[in-house]
Amino acid sequence: MAQSLGYLKETPSQTAGPYVHIGLTPNFCDITGVYPQDLGTALVNERTQGERIVITGRVFDGAGAPLKDAVVEIWQADAAGLYNSPSETRGSADPHFAGWGRGPADAVTGEFRFETIKPGRVPYPDGRPMAPHVTLWIVARGINIGLHTRLYFPDEAQANAADPVLARIEHRDRVSTLIATGTAPHYVFDIHLQGPQETVFFDI
Amino acid sequence: MFDKSNSQPETGPFFARDRSWHPPAYTPGYKTSVLRSPQRALLSLGSTLSEITGPVFGHAMIGELDNDLIHNFARPGESAIGERIIVHGRVLDERGRAVPNVLVEFWQANAGGRYRHKKETYLAAIDPNFGGCGRTITDADGAYAFRTIRPGAYPWPNGVNDWRPAHIHFSIFGHGFVQRLITQMYFEGDPMIWKCPIVNAIPDRSAIEQLIAPMDWGNTVPMDSRAYKFDIVLRGRRSTLFENRREGN
Repeated sequence: MAQSLGYLKETPSQTAGPYVHIGLTPNFCDITGVYPQDLGTALVNERTQGERIVITGRVFDGAGAPLKDAVVEIWQADAAGLYNSPSETRGSADPHFAGWGRGPADAVTGEFRFETIKPGRVPYPDGRPMAPHVTLWIVARGINIGLHTRLYFPDEAQANAADPVLARIEHRDRVSTLIATGTAPHYVFDIHLQGPQETVFFDI
Repeated sequence: MFDKSNSQPETGPFFARDRSWHPPAYTPGYKTSVLRSPQRALLSLGSTLSEITGPVFGHAMIGELDNDLIHNFARPGESAIGERIIVHGRVLDERGRAVPNVLVEFWQANAGGRYRHKKETYLAAIDPNFGGCGRTITDADGAYAFRTIRPGAYPWPNGVNDWRPAHIHFSIFGHGFVQRLITQMYFEGDPMIWKCPIVNAIPDRSAIEQLIAPMDWGNTVPMDSRAYKFDIVLRGRRSTLFENRREGN
């Protein structure tokens, strides 16, 4: 009998459910007076470095209806391409930019919205620069395990063409599902959970 | 005791997620998943810096009553109605190491199974002294605790007569964004657990058992609150034994 590796199993995921807002954005669903403000609603202040941008979008189901109960979180580098994280070993990120945001879908339109900055480039493990991108994580009723995807920018065609992650998408017509539309400073990133326009989701 | 002050921050890639342990996206017994599940395969991606990093939250953001759901929405001098319980445990990674200083958020229905949410229409009454949200940050040992009332079961429009078992929703951050996890805690001995299509989206019975918190007599406070213990395991990080990688990551 060999030794036991002794690893634990990851706690299994469950759906966030329709009332996810109670826990993640209580003020948004009228539970006021518990937290001063909802976390992740303000990414930038006047001292944050970088180009101000706005990202909006909607999450659509397989019948083409927007989800009105989704919550989207974003994680991104600062304007210099550094992450505000203890695991960032290349330098210190902008202290006025946490890099993380949380956006509930509007209860009527389904639109989520982030006011942030355009991220700088971050190296792939082999040292090649990845194109500027924002990581997104989507949870909602009906989604059993949070979905990871990436937003790339439509005005970075050259960088996108050389991006090592986009290069791994075998069916090239799917690359466009990760590239936002719109023009600076307002980019639109719609997410399709299922169907002919299905967004590329990652196992990372 | 392991000397934490002598340890470097971990920067290694994360263990791959065992997706046969988690619920798959498409679980038709849970009807909403039918139109909200991707049909194409996920694109496997080795960890880049964008995945192995993640946000940190300071203890300073936590208010005094944030982990006390009995009082954090109650009028002065009043408290929520229901069975008073303490829920506590540790956040660990798959290597069994504590995950300190991470944000844990939780939300739940009141003792009658009613959520304080405008889209909720269940006829059980709102408790004027119960909001249903809480949060805390794990300590140096990865431990967390909060005080609440035991939530009630509630009916939901899935099958004709489906009821959710009593549960508390948890949202956990780790140190990398790919450790991000939302799950639900259930209570030991609840016969409704095994009837629930959301629970049964998880294919493996022992994975379901990982979501069931045992009653913890040892930590029960006499004449005050019973306790339940719920440990949470996040993805582990590879030891950086021999990494053949270039400068920059």
